[in-house]
Amino acid sequence: MGTLLQVDGLSVALPTRSGYHKAVDDLSFAVDAGEVMGIAGESGSGKTMTALSLFGLLPNGARVTGSIRLDGAELLGLTSSQLRAIRGRQIAMVSQDPSTALHPILPIGTQLTEHMRYHLGVTKTEAMTRAAELLRTVRIPDPEQALRSYAGQFSGGMRQRIAIAVALAAEPRLLVADEPTTALDVTVQAGILRLLDRLCRERGMAVIVITHDLGVMSAVARRLYVMYAGRLAEAGPTSELIARPRHPYTRGLLDALPHPEAGGAPLVPIGGSPPSLGRVPAGCPFHPRCRYAQPSCATDRPEPRLIADTHLLACPPDPLRAAPAAEGGQDSPAADGGQDGRAAP
Amino acid sequence: MTEPVLQLAGVAVDYGRRGQRVRALDGVDFAVGRGEIVGLVGESGCGKSTLARAAVGLEPLASGTVTFEGRDVIHLGRRRRPDYLRGLQMVFQDPYESLNPRRTVGELIADGVRLGGGSRKQGLRRAAELLERVGLPTAAADSYPHEFSGGQRQRIAIARTLAAGPSCLIADEPISALDASAQAQIANLLSELVDDADLGLVLVSHDLSVVRQVADRVAVMYLGRIVEIGDTETVWASPLHPYTEALVAAIPRPDGAGVLPVDLPGDVPDPANPPTGCRFHPRCPIAEDSCRELDQRLIPVAGREIACHVRSGSAAAPAGPPSD
Repeated sequence: MGTLLQVDGLSVALPTRSGYHKAVDDLSFAVDAGEVMGIAGESGSGKTMTALSLFGLLPNGARVTGSIRLDGAELLGLTSSQLRAIRGRQIAMVSQDPSTALHPILPIGTQLTEHMRYHLGVTKTEAMTRAAELLRTVRIPDPEQALRSYAGQFSGGMRQRIAIAVALAAEPRLLVADEPTTALDVTVQAGILRLLDRLCRERGMAVIVITHDLGVMSAVARRLYVMYAGRLAEAGPTSELIARPRHPYTRGLLDALPHPEAGGAPLVPIGGSPPSLGRVPAGCPFHPRCRYAQPSCATDRPEPRLIADTHLLACPPDPLRAAPAAEGGQDSPAADGGQDGRAAP
Repeated sequence: MTEPVLQLAGVAVDYGRRGQRVRALDGVDFAVGRGEIVGLVGESGCGKSTLARAAVGLEPLASGTVTFEGRDVIHLGRRRRPDYLRGLQMVFQDPYESLNPRRTVGELIADGVRLGGGSRKQGLRRAAELLERVGLPTAAADSYPHEFSGGQRQRIAIARTLAAGPSCLIADEPISALDASAQAQIANLLSELVDDADLGLVLVSHDLSVVRQVADRVAVMYLGRIVEIGDTETVWASPLHPYTEALVAAIPRPDGAGVLPVDLPGDVPDPANPPTGCRFHPRCPIAEDSCRELDQRLIPVAGREIACHVRSGSAAAPAGPPSD
């Protein structure tokens, strides 16, 4: 299937008291129809700003440069009425917090049919029939009753499923899901991940999943983009990145995860925390937290380069080139406890 | 296990007024020893947070007892906690709400020492030690909570509970509000503290992987009851209760294999109107007719306890795994 979304050289600068600072810095990626792509990184890595820029929903005063093309048509620079025709119809969003995504005092049915009637021009009766069908798809029991109910009458997991139904109402071609399951129980999460997977296969819908949970990524995303401080750190097939991460940051994210097969070995956290907006270090933004950092890392900006067919890496020293697979990563050189002096006494 | 530091026996907690009574916790037996981490897992609404709150005296009990170091933990309402409960401390989920924003970190921590009869000066000295213990610079004592990240704030909250010289900590989702790498740091810190200070720790979490990583024993809860409890390794490697099985199968594995986690259909039933018999039977893949009627009690099977007569029956049969 062909390329649906093509993002080239996207930068987003946000106004702060000390001037403009880049929250997203020269990011390029593409998403094919029917594909699930993952964007991973800690908070503050620019994941959410990247998503918002697709919808023209950035905070006031944000400066965006680069290009975002959906089916070849440029989205940047569109007027708000042009964007309204695209939001919901072509691209839709599911956000992290199901309690704020739904309107508290409009019935669920109204929220579900609004999109359909606006974008698809169907009658109210037909929209209601479709809405009930949609609720059945996301497994809400008794859909007819649910259409007349309000958001507050549902549990968190059910609200998130309803929010997904709202996002799917106008049959978007691209769904952007920002931490869609982070607040949910694993059982509900499993249901939602399976649903997304099915929609991609059956409808050819593309999904961008944004999460810091590499377990979730591993389950649904075929390709993975790892971001750090607004830039691309590493990108490639999920299985390859997880089995043989080449960027020290990707490796760090993996080592910080409890591994289902590894038993009680202590987790290896990445020392320190990600830089805040406007305090991004020169050179490679990860170098102050990187245990492999070399003098050049503090000065030279790492550009992403292809190290295999579809594997991009922004780490010129490439210290993990010959490293063993990540399975044994728990006893890697990380044992020194990181760079920030937070190791246990 | 040695003499438990905290023991719950037949604990039940009700919410709501007369007509609308909801039993959030229904006859839970549970104990934590010194130097031990017991993980408490289950879906939202299963009563794990209620259990944590009841264990420190924040909820009135409808029946049963909570005993800390041999003495009753009573519900306190707004009264001051008696001194003998100072060794039982709670770490809350949200470090943005649990720290007073108008006082310095040093003062916040020193309170614990002063309430125990120490001077302000002793308190501030101890605060510096504790900050170092939880991995923060001693200079942090002069700053305010808003100057720190979520993970750092949770360290401060932990340092504050340590100032009371606890022998048992109850941590209610202590890492779920934090970033991935901060989660690993706090999980490691808690497990070091348990080893070093010989604390008992009850770790409530909806993140099963973290519980798997740090807990010695795990208790799986469903709708106000414990359905399986035992050594973490045993329970994880071979879950016996069908609910535990479903939970473990629902965890997505970060192995890059692209395997979708297994779904458990249905939602947790309304606790105001729990199903008859085994409370899990409407969602259970192996439910039999008898499950609708027979109330399940925890029975020792194959190195752990489960509340499932279908599984405990077949496990006890000759064909099943040996029970000990």
